[in-house]
Amino acid sequence: MKAFAALLERLAFTPARNAKLQHVQHYLERTPDPDRGWALAALTGDLELRRVTPSLLRGLAAERIDGQLLALSYDFVGDLAETIALVWPEGAEDDPPLSQAVELLQTTGKAGLPGAIAGMLDRLGPSERLAFLKLATGNLRVGLSARMARMALAGMGAPSVADLEEIWHGLAPPYAPLFGWIGGGARPESAALAPFRPVMLSTPTDLDELRALDPAEHVAEWKWDGIRVQAVSDGGVKRLYSRTGEDISHAFPDVIDAMHFDGSADGELLVRREGEVAPFGELQKRLNRKAVGRALLASHPAGLRLYDLLIWQGRDLRAEPLTVRRAVLEGADFGPGIDISPLLDFASWDDLAALRADPPAAVIEGVMIKRRDSAYVAGRPRGPWFKWKRDPMVVDAVLIYAQRGHGKRSGFHSDFTFGLWQGDELVPVGKAYFGFTDAELRELDKFVRANTTERFGPVRALAPKLVVEVAFEGLNRSTRHRSGVAMRFPRISRIRWDKPAAEADRLDTLEAML
Amino acid sequence: MRADPILLPTEAGLYCPEGDFHIDPLRPVARALITHGHSDHARPGHGAVLATRQTLDIMRLRMGPDFAGSTQVAAGEMRLGGVSVGFHPAGHVLGSSQIAVTSGDCRIVVSGDYTRQPNPTCAPFEAVPCDIFVTEATFGLPVFRFPEPATQVEKLLASMAEFLDRPHLIGAYALGKAQHVIALLRAAGYDAPIAIHGALKTLCDYYVQQGVDLGELVPATADEVSAQLVIAPPSAFASLWVQRFRDPVLGFASGWMTVRARARQRGVELPLVISDHVDWPMLTGTLTELGPSEVWVTHGTEDGVIRWCELAQIPARPLRLVGYEDEAEE
Repeated sequence: MKAFAALLERLAFTPARNAKLQHVQHYLERTPDPDRGWALAALTGDLELRRVTPSLLRGLAAERIDGQLLALSYDFVGDLAETIALVWPEGAEDDPPLSQAVELLQTTGKAGLPGAIAGMLDRLGPSERLAFLKLATGNLRVGLSARMARMALAGMGAPSVADLEEIWHGLAPPYAPLFGWIGGGARPESAALAPFRPVMLSTPTDLDELRALDPAEHVAEWKWDGIRVQAVSDGGVKRLYSRTGEDISHAFPDVIDAMHFDGSADGELLVRREGEVAPFGELQKRLNRKAVGRALLASHPAGLRLYDLLIWQGRDLRAEPLTVRRAVLEGADFGPGIDISPLLDFASWDDLAALRADPPAAVIEGVMIKRRDSAYVAGRPRGPWFKWKRDPMVVDAVLIYAQRGHGKRSGFHSDFTFGLWQGDELVPVGKAYFGFTDAELRELDKFVRANTTERFGPVRALAPKLVVEVAFEGLNRSTRHRSGVAMRFPRISRIRWDKPAAEADRLDTLEAML
Repeated sequence: MRADPILLPTEAGLYCPEGDFHIDPLRPVARALITHGHSDHARPGHGAVLATRQTLDIMRLRMGPDFAGSTQVAAGEMRLGGVSVGFHPAGHVLGSSQIAVTSGDCRIVVSGDYTRQPNPTCAPFEAVPCDIFVTEATFGLPVFRFPEPATQVEKLLASMAEFLDRPHLIGAYALGKAQHVIALLRAAGYDAPIAIHGALKTLCDYYVQQGVDLGELVPATADEVSAQLVIAPPSAFASLWVQRFRDPVLGFASGWMTVRARARQRGVELPLVISDHVDWPMLTGTLTELGPSEVWVTHGTEDGVIRWCELAQIPARPLRLVGYEDEAEE
C-alpha cells in the first residue's frame, strides 16, 4: 500500500507525460503480483469495486473527531477523502498489500463495510489512507489512459505496444498472465473474440517528396475527416475500436447493428445524412457517451466508410499486398450503413494535386497515397502510406493572454490565448501551445514579460500588440466559446512582429470560413 | 485575572502599557521587542529594539545597519518599567524567542512562531510555565500533522535518483527554511555540493558563521549550474532565473504542502512537508503541557484552536491582529 500511495502522490503532481510513464513503469517493475496488476487496473479505471459514498465516510469520521473541527478542516482542504485521510487518528502505519484493500472493497457486504473501512484506515499512514479512500470512492483522477499503461508495460520487457494492444481486450485485472509474458513467459492467448489488431498509420508528405515516387505504383483515396476505426465481427461478437484500441462500441450501436460481415475492417467512422457526410463537429457529438439516446441516433446517424481489410472470413490478409486486400473488399456486399472509400483516378502527381486542391466535399481533409504492394503493417512505417493533407486554414490573431508552461517549458510563457477583432474589441477565439521553435518561445516569453497589463493568478493579460498567424485544421460552431466558433488543432504558424495589431483579422473573417 | 492591562492588542500589535513597549509591532513604534527575524515580525524603523543577538544580527543583514534607532541584546530577566521581561528559545529559526512578560504574580508568554520538532539549525523550544500563553495558529487545524522531516528528505533523494538528469529546484524561504532543508539533507548523508540562489547567500553565510554546518554550497547564479539540487526562494520560480534549468523538477518545502490543492496552486511537482511551525498535535500538546489558565491566539486558523480549547475547557480568545502574513514565511 505504501508503494501504491507514493506512486499516486507522484502522479498527482507530475504534469509531464514521460515523467508519468517513468513513475508507472518503475512502480510496475518493483512491485510483485498481484498488487501491480490491481494498481494498473485502478490507474486506468478498469477496476470494478464497491463504491463508498461520501455520507458513509462522513459518518465514519464523525465517530473519530469533533464535528466542528471536521467541518473547519473540510472547508480548508476542499476534498472529503483527503480531509478524512488527514484527520483520521494516527494508527499502526502498517503496510498491507494493495490486494488486501482491493479484496476488502470487492467482497465486503454493505452492512460490514463501514467497520471494515475504519479498520483499514486504522492500519494506515496518512498518504496510504488517502490512496485507500480514493480507491474506495472510485476517484483516482490520475489521468492514465490505457494507451499510456501499455507504453509503460512495453518499457518493461520484450512485448511492444503493438503486441500488447493485440491481446489487451482478452485481459482482466490483476493481469498475472500479462506480467508473466513480459517477464519472459508464454504469450497469453486472448480469450476474447473480436480482438483489436494494431493499425497501420501513414506519414505526412508533400509534392516535392512525391515527385521522387512513381504514381503508377500507388493508389490514392480521399482522406476523410472522421475517426479512424477498426470494425471487428468475429463469431457473432461485434466491436468497434478507435485506432488506439479503445472499445467505442457502446457509443455507436447503429454502426454495430450494420455490421453484417465476418472479419476485421479498417475504415472511417462518419456521420452521414442522405448520402452526405457531415462535418467532424457533428461526429463529435456522438463521442465519449456511455449511452446514446434515440433522438441523437436519428439526428446524427453514423456509418462506416471502409478502405482496408485485415481479416476476412477467417483468413488473415495482412501479409497480402494492398491490391489483393482491396479486391476482397470490393467484392464484398456490406448492405446499408457501410460503403467503400473510392479510389481516385490520377495518372500524375499533378493530377492528384488538382484533385486535392478542389475536393468534392468539405469533410475531405486531403488525400491518402498508398503503395499498391504494401502489406498491412502495425505502426507508422515510413514509405508505404502517406497522407497529403489539405493546406491548413490561417488567420492573423492578436495575443491577449499568456500562461506559464510545465516541464521543460516551466518558467516560460508558452500557453497563449489569442483573439480577433469585433468592433474595437478583441474576442478570444482559441488557445495555442505549440507551433513555435525554442528560440521563438524565448522571444514570446520576453514579449509577455514586457507587456503584461494585469494578472489573474497564473494568467497574464497582455497589451494587444503582437499578431500571430494561427493555423488550424477545421472550424466548428460552438456554444461554449464566446466567439461562437471552435478551431481544431490551432497552432502558431508564424509570429508577425511586423504586423500592427489593428490589421489583424476580424471575427467575421473566421465566421466566413465555416 | 488582571491580564488585560499587562498586554493588549492594538492596531500596531501587542502593547504593554506598564512597560511601554510593543511586541513584534506592525508599524514603527518607540520601543519594540522582537521574537524573530521574519519580515512580518521584524520591521524596520523602530526607536529602540530589544531582541536576541542573533535576531538583531539577522535584522541588520536583511534591513541594513540603520534598521532601528538603538538596539539592545536580550540577556536574562530584564526590568522594563513595571514589568519583567525574559527571552526563551522558540525553536522556529536561528535566534527566535518566546517573550515572557511578568507583572506581579501573572506571567504571559508570547510564543511568536514556534515549533517542537527538533531542528538542527537552532535552539529547541523551551516550555515556560505561564498564566496566559499566546500561540500562533498558522497550522491550527487537525489536518496538519507533519511527518518526520527525514521522510521528506528521503522523498527528495528518491526523486533525484529517479530523474538523474533533471535538476531539482526546491523552494524554501531565505531565513530558516532554506538552512533547515540543507541541514536535513546533510544529516541524511547527502554530501554533494548544493547550489543556492543568490538571495540565500547572506543568511546561509550567517548560519555557518554561527556554527551551523551546511556543507559545500555553490552559487546557482552561473549560466551552467552543475549541482543536481538547487535551493531557491519560491519567488525565484516566477523569474527569468529559472529558465537556465532544463526540465526541472520543482519542489517546495512548506507545511502547506500537506494539502494537495495548496501544493497544486504552487505548481510544484514535488511537495515536501517541512515546516518550522507547530502542527496540530504539537500545538495542542504544548497547550496541554503548559496548562495555562488562558490561551490567546494570534494569526492563522484561529477557529480550530479556539474550538479545541473549548473542548479542553481552557478559556481562549482570538487576538485578531491584522498584518501577520496569512501564510507566514513558511
